[in-house]
Amino acid sequence: MNAAGMSAVPLLRVEHLTMRFGGLVAVDDVSFDAADRQITAIIGPNGAGKTTVFNCLTGFYKPTVGRLMLSPAVGSEFLLERMEGYRIGQRARVARTFQNIRLFPRMSVLENLLVAQHNKLMRASGFTLLGLFGAPVYRKAEGKAVELARYWLDRIGLTARADEDAGNMPYGDQRRLEIARAMCTEPHLLCLDEPAAGLNPRESAELNDLLKFIRDEHRIGVLLIEHDMSVVMKISDHVVVLDYGRKISDGTPERVRNDPAVIRAYLGEEENEALPPEVEADLRQGA
Amino acid sequence: MLKDAGMMALASLALAMPLVGFQTVDRGAGIVLDTRFGAMFYAVAVIFVGRLLLLLIEAGHASLIQAATVALSAAWLINVAFHLYPITWPALGWLTWIVASVLAIRAWIVQRRATRPAAGYTDGVEKLGALVARIGPYLGGIAVAFAFTMPFMPFADQRMVDLGILVLTYIMLGWGLNVVVGLAGLLDLGYVAFYAVGAYSYAILSIHFDLNFWQTLPLAGAMAALFGVLLGFPVLRLRGDYLAIVTLGFGEMIRLILLNWDDLTNGPKGIGSIPRPSFFGMQFTAAPREGVTAFHEFFNLDFAPIHRIIHLYYIILFLALLTNWFTLRIRKMPIGRAWEALREDETACRALGINPTNTKLTAFAIGAMFGGFAGSFFATRQGFISPESFNFIESAIILAIVVLGGMGSQIGVVVASILLIGGPEWFRDLEAYRMLAFGGLMVAIMIWRPQGLLSHREPTIKLGPSPGARSA
Repeated sequence: MNAAGMSAVPLLRVEHLTMRFGGLVAVDDVSFDAADRQITAIIGPNGAGKTTVFNCLTGFYKPTVGRLMLSPAVGSEFLLERMEGYRIGQRARVARTFQNIRLFPRMSVLENLLVAQHNKLMRASGFTLLGLFGAPVYRKAEGKAVELARYWLDRIGLTARADEDAGNMPYGDQRRLEIARAMCTEPHLLCLDEPAAGLNPRESAELNDLLKFIRDEHRIGVLLIEHDMSVVMKISDHVVVLDYGRKISDGTPERVRNDPAVIRAYLGEEENEALPPEVEADLRQGA
Repeated sequence: MLKDAGMMALASLALAMPLVGFQTVDRGAGIVLDTRFGAMFYAVAVIFVGRLLLLLIEAGHASLIQAATVALSAAWLINVAFHLYPITWPALGWLTWIVASVLAIRAWIVQRRATRPAAGYTDGVEKLGALVARIGPYLGGIAVAFAFTMPFMPFADQRMVDLGILVLTYIMLGWGLNVVVGLAGLLDLGYVAFYAVGAYSYAILSIHFDLNFWQTLPLAGAMAALFGVLLGFPVLRLRGDYLAIVTLGFGEMIRLILLNWDDLTNGPKGIGSIPRPSFFGMQFTAAPREGVTAFHEFFNLDFAPIHRIIHLYYIILFLALLTNWFTLRIRKMPIGRAWEALREDETACRALGINPTNTKLTAFAIGAMFGGFAGSFFATRQGFISPESFNFIESAIILAIVVLGGMGSQIGVVVASILLIGGPEWFRDLEAYRMLAFGGLMVAIMIWRPQGLLSHREPTIKLGPSPGARSA
């Protein structure tokens, strides 16, 4: 079922994920894998449950049923569904961005990237005590953190504006800054919720390059939700299609593109143009 | 336009009828209701005319109104100066004059707005904040130097130094609360609870365990920090308004506990004869106990009560500067940045693996600790504490200092403390109108500086010039 040949254990394995809100089933028995060093896209019409899958993965929701197993190349496995929200970022190193950008708008661009390295710096500062008195250990750690931030700033072209408020950046820069911030947590898996939303074609192309760079140079898994098919088809190695909370297709972009179920979900069935008989009868009576 | 003004007058009539129209008068046999319809109609008329003129200003007749108000004020002043026309009711004249000046100011603002773009205003606020931030170190240095030398200035009499102590106490409280409200963005309406915990811890510990000021201070601070954590736990999930209400309740709870736990706190009678701090074991008394040296004896000075006050002044100055140093430093620590990030967006913090629980609790604990230090100082300065000193209005004043100063601004807190605490003292000559003047000042600040006096945020860290410059 999986796209490319991969090692026995994928980076992320989602098994029978189900999320119910009261009577509403937002995600219904969805299983898929996301491989290391690959870009996996989750697509689907509005309300298909894509963001809910993300929220389950990153601990914002507790799944009703299902197992979410993260197996990084090094280190131990994590069962994400059992972890408390913030620990997924801290321990399992799953980073995410948001559909509506969530930067720290009144902090500078550089500070945004340093906050992402909080846990590392917190330890280096001896939980503030050493740092408070300017211990060299902490100063060195902070210098390194700034270097990492600078690396990503160079990559997204914001080095010159590093000391300005993040909220003052143009929309496209904010999108990329949010990705850079997520990368500063040095994640195993990067989850991007509609990173191309609201970008113009040029910015969209820059984003593609950035995502490919992250996949190829940083060798991590990228999971993205996207509506923009030009982004999805160009850069994804593997596509998962959801509709009404169910998985309807899974495979390489080419395969998914030609899958009749996907075409049906996106364009609608031709039979649907005819109304059900009882509705037609109602209409005739009313007229 | 007439209709608008008419509606305004009608609304004010409805308000003025019960408030101004009737007056209760004590006539021996009981209270009798008297009518004051004349005054009421006058008030309504002033509002009608004033509203009409304001609308005229907005409609572009600003200079006309300006000229009219200037003429009116001039006429009024001439009348007062030369007694041309006898005034039966002086307040009437003053009221007219106030209305006229409000109109004149409004006209001036409208005119200025017409000549300058609207965006210039907020830019100005930001620029002032940025300027203060840039010259901050010098300004701070001057302020500290002034604070150190103040007790020896020629104008510094006992009252002045006392006022200095009061202002410094509130500056310290403001700086402490700034950690919680300004940095972590947790609106705390019950900060006085920690002030109270600190004061009572100090009083009880120093009386029952015979510890001196510097031994008791950290204990009282730790006690307050513990209460900060205790408050923090239940309110972790709350944000904004809900948090404010719960903290308000917490403040009241502490006060009621102090009021009712007679065995420990002596209830409403309070705790008295709290030991005064000594100067390296030397006391500030005219006749010290056997075996204890008095400060004036050791330094061969004449005994003067001001020595003790100056000593207190330096203690609070030291404590306040410690608070300032600490908050400035911790802002640049990972925890400080996490507080600010939490204020900006808690969800994003969670996604970045920041533990919101611990981060919030440390903010509460550290803010509370400084409140506790200030409380200890309060206890030792007064020598007597009772629950009455720790009511809601204190929390409100401390919060007002932080908000007026511009959230997160250290110098802003100083300026706001001087205005809010020193202000009412300076306005004392106005007697009954003191609080009116104070209120007017607050309203003026809220109109012209809604973001606080100095609201400008400097990044905690700046990117160095180039990667090569750093030796790594």
